[in-house]
Amino acid sequence: MSSVHVNRIIDRHGAERASLIPVLQDIQDDYNWISEPHLRQVADRLGLPLSEVYGVASFYRALSLEPRGKTLIRVCKGTACHVRGAQLIQEELERQLGIQAGGTTEDMAYTLEVVNCVGACGMAPVVIVGDKYFPGVKPHRAKKLVQTERDEE
Amino acid sequence: MDEQRIRISVGLGACGIAAGARKTLASIEEGIASRGLDVELGISGCMGMCYREPLVEIARPGKPPEVYMELSADRVPRFLDEVVAGGGEIEEWIGRAEDRDCPDDGFFSKQKRIVLRNAGRINPERLEDYLAVGGYRALGKVLAEMSREQVIEEIKASGLRGRGGAGFPTGLKWGFAAKAAGDVKYIICNADEGDPGAFMDRSVLESDPHAVLEGMAIAGYAVGSSQGYIYCRAEYPIAIRRLGIAIAQAAEAGWLGDRIQGSEFSFHIKIKEGAGAFVCGEETALMASIEGRRGMPRLRPPFPANEGLWKKPTNINNVETLANVPWIIVNGAAAYAALGTESSKGTKVFALAGKVNRGGLVEVPMGITIREIVEDIGGGIKGGKKFKAAQMGGPSGGCIPASLADTPIDYESLNKTGAIMGSGGMVVIDDSTCMVDVARFFLDFTQKESCGKCTFCRVGTKRMLEILERITAGEGKQGDIELLEELAATIKRGSLCGLGQTAPNPVLTTIRYFRDEYEAHIKDKVCPAKACRALITYVIIEENCNGCGVCKRACPVEAISGEKKELHVIDPDKCTRCGLCMDRCRQDAIRVV
Repeated sequence: MSSVHVNRIIDRHGAERASLIPVLQDIQDDYNWISEPHLRQVADRLGLPLSEVYGVASFYRALSLEPRGKTLIRVCKGTACHVRGAQLIQEELERQLGIQAGGTTEDMAYTLEVVNCVGACGMAPVVIVGDKYFPGVKPHRAKKLVQTERDEE
Repeated sequence: MDEQRIRISVGLGACGIAAGARKTLASIEEGIASRGLDVELGISGCMGMCYREPLVEIARPGKPPEVYMELSADRVPRFLDEVVAGGGEIEEWIGRAEDRDCPDDGFFSKQKRIVLRNAGRINPERLEDYLAVGGYRALGKVLAEMSREQVIEEIKASGLRGRGGAGFPTGLKWGFAAKAAGDVKYIICNADEGDPGAFMDRSVLESDPHAVLEGMAIAGYAVGSSQGYIYCRAEYPIAIRRLGIAIAQAAEAGWLGDRIQGSEFSFHIKIKEGAGAFVCGEETALMASIEGRRGMPRLRPPFPANEGLWKKPTNINNVETLANVPWIIVNGAAAYAALGTESSKGTKVFALAGKVNRGGLVEVPMGITIREIVEDIGGGIKGGKKFKAAQMGGPSGGCIPASLADTPIDYESLNKTGAIMGSGGMVVIDDSTCMVDVARFFLDFTQKESCGKCTFCRVGTKRMLEILERITAGEGKQGDIELLEELAATIKRGSLCGLGQTAPNPVLTTIRYFRDEYEAHIKDKVCPAKACRALITYVIIEENCNGCGVCKRACPVEAISGEKKELHVIDPDKCTRCGLCMDRCRQDAIRVV
């Protein structure tokens, strides 16, 4: 069964090879992940082998082949954040959420990710919760970030 | 812009936003309305002083503009009452003003702003602002008065070299693509700024997107291309949004699109969003990604100038390189070449970060020394610690020790140190950072980012990482340093693209300059910087502990014991060295030994 929404995404970009990544990005944005049926549908419509589509989808970090939590928490681990203690913040968040980086909480509320560098090095160390940036995070404040987010819901 | 009104602009680069500039903007907006003030409120990009965000510029009739720093939302009411409504000043909040000395003037005095000429000065979302400071004059001049060959000659004469890191002469590159046979050619702007610790391109795109579009259009004219692509990493949502706005505005005003300003020249630009793969900063991988494939590099030649995107001749330049182009066309190659050194002309933008007092975006003439950047512009090391090294060029670069801080910034001198100019990341390291850990950090990065095509890069970086992890865990063995060196040489030789060829650099430079730190880890099982967890212990200093119990409550593994108002003790066997107790202690009673 093909998804009407995914078809619409493909129509918007054009059913051609060069559209593969933008199509997958849009599916990722709208669904928070890319499921196998969606991969098959994209392969079908773009006239590409499923292996190709899977190869591309698994190559890029922004594309997820597993469901992600509602809120994405990203710990920046660029050089500036690293030398200012990002590792401790990552570990504290892992403790608070009870998951490892890359994992998703059981209630599907959070996914914790480590990112290379968000380019806000002057504010290091940085944590991004959803689309909110938190500058100069201290390890003990990491707990608060999660709590605040939970309270707001 | 109305010169008779008070103008206020809030710096809304990613750093400003991270520091709360959107809240500042909202509360100024609200405060203006509730106070009934007549103010023209706008936004600007990055002013460079990341360490003082949020930054707000106010320009009042008859007065030079003043920059207010650290203007968080809670400071806005006083700012509006005393400065905007009252017509006064809050001296201690002013970071920069032309008519007086400010404590942070040192941050600017050694800079020379060409690429950042408009950053923080114009509203990046308004074409009118860009036009008002002479924007698109260069493209106009090129279309009206210059032949394609003349443009290329001008860029060659300027001495401009690729700012992405490798430093290939830009004019020469344009010449290759111009000469390549074929009707369809492409211009690509490489905005996949992936080096951790680098944010030059992000700031340029967020603060002055039209300058990059104009540079691309001039490149398109010079090489005979009518289609450009900007490949921008997805981690830069603000840059992508502002580029989109700028492209639409330029097209609307006839600076992009068919028959630009009535000439024969047409040029279109599309944005391609990256999907999180560092290797896509490599040009052949980048093109594969635009074509919708896995971003894996291929063998060169053929070079992109002859066989690039969809096998058509393609010219790829970095954001900063392109942003230089309009300035060179308007001011002349000679003016640009007058700056810098014999082999490295013009200026270079650096993202200054790490353990430095004034971290931010700086643009300096080539030839200035690392020491001048760190000490004069950056204001020295935070917390009075000792300057140990500057990491330049990210995972492809290396660590330059403080003893070589007088090395001038030019491509050749930096190469001699074993580091590279790189794209412009400069992370300052003090004596509390372990150099073996820095090497481990970068190898962890390159190992994860290796696309996997070349065995030496895929497996070799993994093996190097394992050795470094062992050393930092206190399990280093005699011969590890030599083994690292051997692996490094092999990976450099056996890798196809820059990622693998340069991946060992952070290890090689730290071994070269900080061999004693490696040896201390391996032989004595000691981390001199007291940073490697397996080799340190947290202890409570008796004289300073007042038994408040904050550390005990903070400890996630119940490793701290002690009665209220009595000395607390950390059990080293339970302690995971997470550092939370030290982070919380207000008595400065916890130390690492």
